[in-house]
Amino acid sequence: MRRFLFPLVIFIVLVVFLAAGLRLNPREVPSPLIGKQVPTFRLAQLHAGDKFISAEDMRGKVWLLNVWASWCVSCRQEHPVLIDLQKQNKIAIIGLNYKDERAAAMTWLTQHGGDPYLVSAVDADGRVGIDFGVYGVPETFLIDKNGVIRYKHIGPVTAEALKTKILPLAEELARG
Amino acid sequence: MVDRMMGCVAAAQKLCEAVSPGGTVPALRRFLVVVLLVLGMQPAIAAEGMAQPVGDPLVEARVNKLAEELRCLTCMGQSIADSQSSFSTDMKREIRAMIVAGKNDKEIMEFMVQRYGDFVLYRPPVKSTTWVLWGGPFLFLILSLVFLMLKLRKRRGQNATELTASEHQQAVELLGKREVDRP
Repeated sequence: MRRFLFPLVIFIVLVVFLAAGLRLNPREVPSPLIGKQVPTFRLAQLHAGDKFISAEDMRGKVWLLNVWASWCVSCRQEHPVLIDLQKQNKIAIIGLNYKDERAAAMTWLTQHGGDPYLVSAVDADGRVGIDFGVYGVPETFLIDKNGVIRYKHIGPVTAEALKTKILPLAEELARG
Repeated sequence: MVDRMMGCVAAAQKLCEAVSPGGTVPALRRFLVVVLLVLGMQPAIAAEGMAQPVGDPLVEARVNKLAEELRCLTCMGQSIADSQSSFSTDMKREIRAMIVAGKNDKEIMEFMVQRYGDFVLYRPPVKSTTWVLWGGPFLFLILSLVFLMLKLRKRRGQNATELTASEHQQAVELLGKREVDRP
């Protein structure tokens, strides 16, 4: 009986490790930017090409930076969630229109239920995206009053993620 | 690139429709046509993703050397050098720009790590969060050797039972009365 105990223990440990490995999403890479200052950027606005938006403009506010594009399929999934969030008027959402065309982006917004963004910044060549460590769209960053990145959500924002993580943290940051 | 591929699939399906309206082409054959046409488009699809080479071969060699060391985060198990995804194309463009701007390899790698973390490196540095990764296999090797040694020692102990005088006598007889050393 004891002869089998040791292999059995090894087997169970192996199963636990493999099971944990299966649950991990290999696409969710922890961002080294959490706890760091938001990268500086100054980009043209989507709806007013002669005006600019920078991270400095949002100083003193807790805000979300949502990376999106008209070519991004899963952005369609999160779009209603963002519109819903904007209607609640709890937090400002800035869009980063990543590697997109201006006309296509604007059409996409009207076709998919409206514009949840306070302003969208145009990052046509994706350079600002690289500064944010963007590798998949959509990605969403929660940034505090001092311009420090506090949380990163990879993939489409869900109502669940907003309720359990993003909004509670945002409220805490707004108070503090 | 995916769009292009979907375009191919759609075109192939249209072709099937044209050849046999109303879908009388059996599903399997239809599927084969789609597969063959998409495969036929591979070189075109690949060429589209290629980074545009810049004149200087020295710069390109450095771009490639650095790109080999970096993981493509959107494609599993490929380096940036191997991949032609839009992410890797952008990364190669950034690396090329930094080389042209006179940055050294270390600065370029730091640029990547600051944005994408140690995970982007195929050879992450040894530190508190990565020692298990580096030391783990050796730890396992040492543990297994210790285990093996303990097991072997135990076995040797079990086998080395002392012979009684009569048993020894019996052994001598069986071995043909040759001189046998007493233990």
